[in-house]
Amino acid sequence: MNPPLVLFLAFLAITLTINYWAAKRSIGASAYFAAGGRITGWQNGIAVAGDYLSAASFLGIAGIIAFQGYDGFLYSVGWLVAYLTVLLIVAEPLRNAGKYTMADVLAYRLRPRPVRAMAALSTLTVGAFYMIAQMVGAGTLVALLLKGSGITFNWAVVMAGLLMVSYVVFGGILATTWVQIVKAILLMSGAILLSILVMAHFHFSFGNFFDAIAHVKDGDKVVNFLNPGLRYKPPYGALDLISLGLALIFGAAGLPHILVRFYTVPDAKTARISVVWAMAIIGSFYIMTTFLGFGAATILGKDFIGNNGGTNMSAPLLARNLGGEVLFAFISAIAFSTILAVVAGLTISASTSFAHDFYANVLHHGHLRNPQAEVKVARITAFLVGAVAIAAAIVLGPAFNVAILVALAFAVAASANLPVIVLSLFWKRFTTEGAVWGLAAGLISSLALIAVSPSIMGLDPPTAAKTARHLIQMQPLFPLENPGIVSIPVGFLAAFLGTLASRQDPEAEARYTELQVRAATGLDA
Amino acid sequence: MAVNQDSPAPPGDWDRVAASEEFQKLQAARRRFIIPATIAFIVYYFALPVLVGYAPDLMKTPVIGVVNLAYLFALSQFFAAWLIAFLYLREADRFDAMGKHILAQLEARKGGEQS
Repeated sequence: MNPPLVLFLAFLAITLTINYWAAKRSIGASAYFAAGGRITGWQNGIAVAGDYLSAASFLGIAGIIAFQGYDGFLYSVGWLVAYLTVLLIVAEPLRNAGKYTMADVLAYRLRPRPVRAMAALSTLTVGAFYMIAQMVGAGTLVALLLKGSGITFNWAVVMAGLLMVSYVVFGGILATTWVQIVKAILLMSGAILLSILVMAHFHFSFGNFFDAIAHVKDGDKVVNFLNPGLRYKPPYGALDLISLGLALIFGAAGLPHILVRFYTVPDAKTARISVVWAMAIIGSFYIMTTFLGFGAATILGKDFIGNNGGTNMSAPLLARNLGGEVLFAFISAIAFSTILAVVAGLTISASTSFAHDFYANVLHHGHLRNPQAEVKVARITAFLVGAVAIAAAIVLGPAFNVAILVALAFAVAASANLPVIVLSLFWKRFTTEGAVWGLAAGLISSLALIAVSPSIMGLDPPTAAKTARHLIQMQPLFPLENPGIVSIPVGFLAAFLGTLASRQDPEAEARYTELQVRAATGLDA
Repeated sequence: MAVNQDSPAPPGDWDRVAASEEFQKLQAARRRFIIPATIAFIVYYFALPVLVGYAPDLMKTPVIGVVNLAYLFALSQFFAAWLIAFLYLREADRFDAMGKHILAQLEARKGGEQS
């Protein structure tokens, strides 16, 4: 066996051992879904970082920077600043008002069945969307690791996907908390190591490094990769950047797999401290994408990366160039575990939402004769969501940059989930109809605009590689890559109009007062 | 767990707490920090894509060697975000203390009513 494979399998053995240990500890619904509320602030902070730093952050951003320079770094900025929305607006009230899922907060003051049904649908959609990107990343990586063995991208996606999903089904969220912590530490170590090696390549001179970035050879031209505009070009580039920014900074606060993390801590103060821990780790990581991305741009160049696995493989290929096969194996193992851990977090939140919101509360009106059934339904959902993501990853193929794909999931979360979360926390008049309208309009408008955007639609010349072709061969109907600038206001507007169009709900308003007191004081939370 | 089905405070209590001067003070104090902080970070953040998108030549200006304004402004976003988080963390301890005080008073009053 080749060394990458050996190291890779060694890591897998370690994480599966942790999972086995954790699986023995998660008994009963509260333990399975929310680790019994006994995770501490720093543990949860590292776990939030672990859940958040996905294939998009490690493989995707490095890839965009390697190919299109500075514009890719804007993803790093947005994804950190997003945590201020989480910290200042949603984390603490959510912690004090919810139990297992995002929908708990909505159901707290609104009529539970319609809002839970819609929230479950949007959670599943965001989760699946996010997961497609992880599957694409995992598949490309495994295909590169097993290069020459005859395993194709499609089979690599299926293998990696099934492995990941079976992981969660037997462990539950406590397992994923510890797996996230182990993964976050490994990922940070890998990023620091790669950053040091990039700087060593430039004799530890920032002057040399930035000079190289300002003079990247692209064919027979010399391009300054520090300059904006290599990806987002006129006429729509500026608008697209703003649209992307909106999706990034408002999306994180609507991501179900991040929000459920705040139910694993004992109180609002711990939730707050964990966000700040997460921001320290996530921010440091994103600053290091400077070295990973620009390092790949200057040392490897996009032609080499393009011929050896494509945009998503920039960081692992950089490791191979700087540290040989052993470092390549190490970084690949880290990348794989990164993806594995994120898929675990996504699977658990999607399946929890379906089991808790839809199965237990919508179908069974919150009265389950056998509470174990909820856990069983969650496990079945986990497999189904995984299967959908695997299939979609195969359709999209390995050429799609995973950071761009995840930014689209952020747009869906920001358009569907964020408006109703914010309005239910801060608007007394908000009604059930408003929540249902907002969720539906945000979900539909973001998905529809993505479907007709340049990500999916485009006319390729007949010479374009089969894997790089657009899914729909026609001129895009919507000019922007990211729908946020339209779909987020649509989500808010629909929630607003839905509320005004419906009768005032005195019960919801009374519960609003209760929610305010609970959120602010932590009373019996 | 986060929400108990049988809450210790009877329904009327929520309104009483919400209407109390102390609770109003707590809410006002929170708003005084959170609203300006949120506006500040949103304005500072969107200055980046707006300037990069609409004034690319300005942002291409080299500042330190070849390092341009665009990169330095992007980098400053990390430190600005950390600063706001740090300030909030410091302020929030005060909100926690006020919240605890309100809860303690509620408990004391209930204890008094029962005896």
